[in-house]
Amino acid sequence: MTDTSLHRSLPDRLDNPLRSALLSWESLLVLVAVVIFIVNSFASPYFLNAWSLSDLTFNFTEKALIALAMALLIIAGEIDLSVAAIIALASTLMGLALQYGADTPVLVAIGVGTGIACGAVNGFLVTGLKLPSIVVTIGTMSLFRGISFIILGDQSFKGYPKSFSWFGQGYVWGVISFELVLFVLCAVIYFVLLHRTNFGRRVFAIGNNAVAAQFSGVRVDRIKFVLFCLTGLMSGVAAVLLTARLGSTRPSIAEGWELEAITMVVLGGVSIVGGAGSILGVVLAAIIMGLVTFGLGLLNVPGIVMSIFIGGLLIVVIALPILFRMWRQRT
Amino acid sequence: MNRLMKHREVWLALAIVLVVVLVTLRFSRFAQPANLLTIFNDTSILMMLALGQMAVILTRSIDLSMASNLALTGMIVAMLNAAFPGVPIPALMALSVLIGAGLGAFNGVLVWKLDIPPIVVTLGTLTIFRGMVFVISGGAWVNAAQMSADFIAFQRVVFLGLPVLSWFAIVVAALFYVLMTRTPLGRAFYAIGVNPTASVYTGINVGRTKFMAFVISGAVAGLCGYLWISRYVIASTEVAGGYELTIIAACVIGGVSIAGGIGSVGGVLLGAIFLGVINNALPVINISPFWQMAISGTAILLAVVLNARGERSKGRIILKTAEIA
Repeated sequence: MTDTSLHRSLPDRLDNPLRSALLSWESLLVLVAVVIFIVNSFASPYFLNAWSLSDLTFNFTEKALIALAMALLIIAGEIDLSVAAIIALASTLMGLALQYGADTPVLVAIGVGTGIACGAVNGFLVTGLKLPSIVVTIGTMSLFRGISFIILGDQSFKGYPKSFSWFGQGYVWGVISFELVLFVLCAVIYFVLLHRTNFGRRVFAIGNNAVAAQFSGVRVDRIKFVLFCLTGLMSGVAAVLLTARLGSTRPSIAEGWELEAITMVVLGGVSIVGGAGSILGVVLAAIIMGLVTFGLGLLNVPGIVMSIFIGGLLIVVIALPILFRMWRQRT
Repeated sequence: MNRLMKHREVWLALAIVLVVVLVTLRFSRFAQPANLLTIFNDTSILMMLALGQMAVILTRSIDLSMASNLALTGMIVAMLNAAFPGVPIPALMALSVLIGAGLGAFNGVLVWKLDIPPIVVTLGTLTIFRGMVFVISGGAWVNAAQMSADFIAFQRVVFLGLPVLSWFAIVVAALFYVLMTRTPLGRAFYAIGVNPTASVYTGINVGRTKFMAFVISGAVAGLCGYLWISRYVIASTEVAGGYELTIIAACVIGGVSIAGGIGSVGGVLLGAIFLGVINNALPVINISPFWQMAISGTAILLAVVLNARGERSKGRIILKTAEIA
C-alpha cells in the first residue's frame, strides 16, 4: 500500500475492545442506512414499493460482488484498481465469442474464466515479481481495457441470447432477482471465509504484519495470489451480470467502478492500510450506497451529483469517529 | 544512488530516442524539430501535473483528485471569463492557482489533521470535485464562442520560438528542480518518503510537510485547469476524466517509487514525454488510436518492473511506522 505509516496497536486481549469497536462501526452504518431509508420514504412517494426496492438492489449488487473480494484483498494490505477493466475485457471476450456463435454456458464460462485469468496476471505480477499492487493494477487497468478498445474500437457487441439475459434481468421468486440471490449467497460465503476459517485469519495476519505472518508459517504470497484470483473471479461474475443486464458490450463499460467498489469497502470499515475489516460492514456499506443513489435518482438528481454525496459520505463517515476520538481526548 | 538514478534516466531517454527513430523510419518528417516541439507543447500540461504528483508521491501519499481539481478550477475560470470578459488573464491565472491550492489544502488538512490515509481522502475528493463541476455549471458547457479572445490566445503566443504553454512547463520544471534539490521543504519530501520515523527525529513535521505537498499538487492542478481549458477551448464536466491515472503513469514511468522517497524532476519529465511521444507516434504510423491505452498500460508495467530492480538492491526499511507527535 502507499501508506504504511499509520498507528497500529495490537490489544493484549482480543475479545472485548476489538469486538465493541467493530460493533460500533457497523451499528453506525446501520443507523446511517435506516436514516437514509426513512428520508427516502418521506422524500418520494414511489420509494416504499416492492418493485422499487427490488430495482434498488440492481444499483449495488454487481459492484458489491466485487467489493466482497476486494475487502479481503485490502485487509491483506493489497489493492486492485483493475476490476472495472477486467469487467470490460471479460464482457468484450464474451461478445467476441458470441460472434462465433457461443451459447450461454460458454459465454458464462468465458466471462468468469477471463476474470480469473486477469486476477492471476495481477497476482503473479504482485507476488511473483514483488511489485507494488497499486502501480501494477494501474498498469493492468490500462492494459485490460486497452485490449477491449483494440478489439472493439468504437463498435459494440449486441444480441445476447434470452437465456443469457436472465442472469442480469431474471427473477428467482416474485420480486427477488437472481442478482440479489447471488449477492446474498456470495456475502454468506465470504463472511464464512473471512471470519470463520483459517484462511480468513491468515488474511488478517498478513494485513497486520506480513513479515511476522511469513515467519509464523503463513504462505503470504500464495494467499495473496489466491485473493487476486478471487477478486478477478468476482469481477468476471460481475461482468456476466452487467453484460446480461445491459444486453450490450462497449469498451467503456463499467468505467469508474473500481473507485466505487473501493469506496464501498472503505465505507464498510475496512482499514485501507490492511489488517482490519468485516464482511458485514461491506454489505451494509453497499446497501447504503444503493439507498443513496436510488433515493436521489427518484428525486431526479443526476448521477454526477450523487457522486458528491458518495464522496462526501466516504470522507465524513471516516472522519467522524476520528473527530469524536480527538474531542474525547481533549475533554 | 545518484549514479543509479542517472542511469535510469539515460535509459528512459534512449527509449524515447528509439521510439522517435523507429517512427521516423516509417514517416520521415516525424523527427523534424518543429514536430518535436509540437510534441513537447502537447505534453506540457502532463509534465506539470506529473511534477505536482511527484511531490505528493515522494511523501508516501497519492493524489487521485488532480484531474478533478483541474476540471473544477478550469470550469470556474472559464465561467468567470464568460461572465466578465474584462478580467485580465494574469488575474484569472493567479486565481486558478489559488483555487487549485485551496482544493489541495482541503486534501492536505484531512491528511494532516485527521490522519486519514491520502488514498481515501483523494478518492472522496475525486468524486466531490468532479460533481461540483456539474453543480456550478448545471451540466452546461463553456465553449470557444463564450470565452474571450485573450483567454484562448494567451498560451498560443510564440515567445522566443516556443508557445507560452511550453514556457510554462519549462518554468514550472525549473521551479520544481530548485524546490526538490535546493530547499528544506523539497528535501523534507524525500526524507519523509525514505524514513518517516527518522524524519520526525530530525525535526521535520511529517503532517505539515504532506500538507504542503498536497497544496503544491493542487496549485499545479489549478494552473493546468486554466491551461487545459484554454488549450482545448471547451469546459465541461468530462474534462480530463480519468486523467489522474495518466499522471501517475507518467510518474511511475519516470522512475518515481510509489513507496515514496525516490524520484527526480528529470525522470518525471522524461516519463511524461515518453507518453507524449507514444501518443503522437501512433496516428503517424497508422496504428489505431484504440491501441494507445494498451500500449501505455504495457509501458507502466515495464517501467514498474525496472523500478523494482533499481530499488531492491538498496534494502530500505519501509515497515517502520512514523511517530507523529
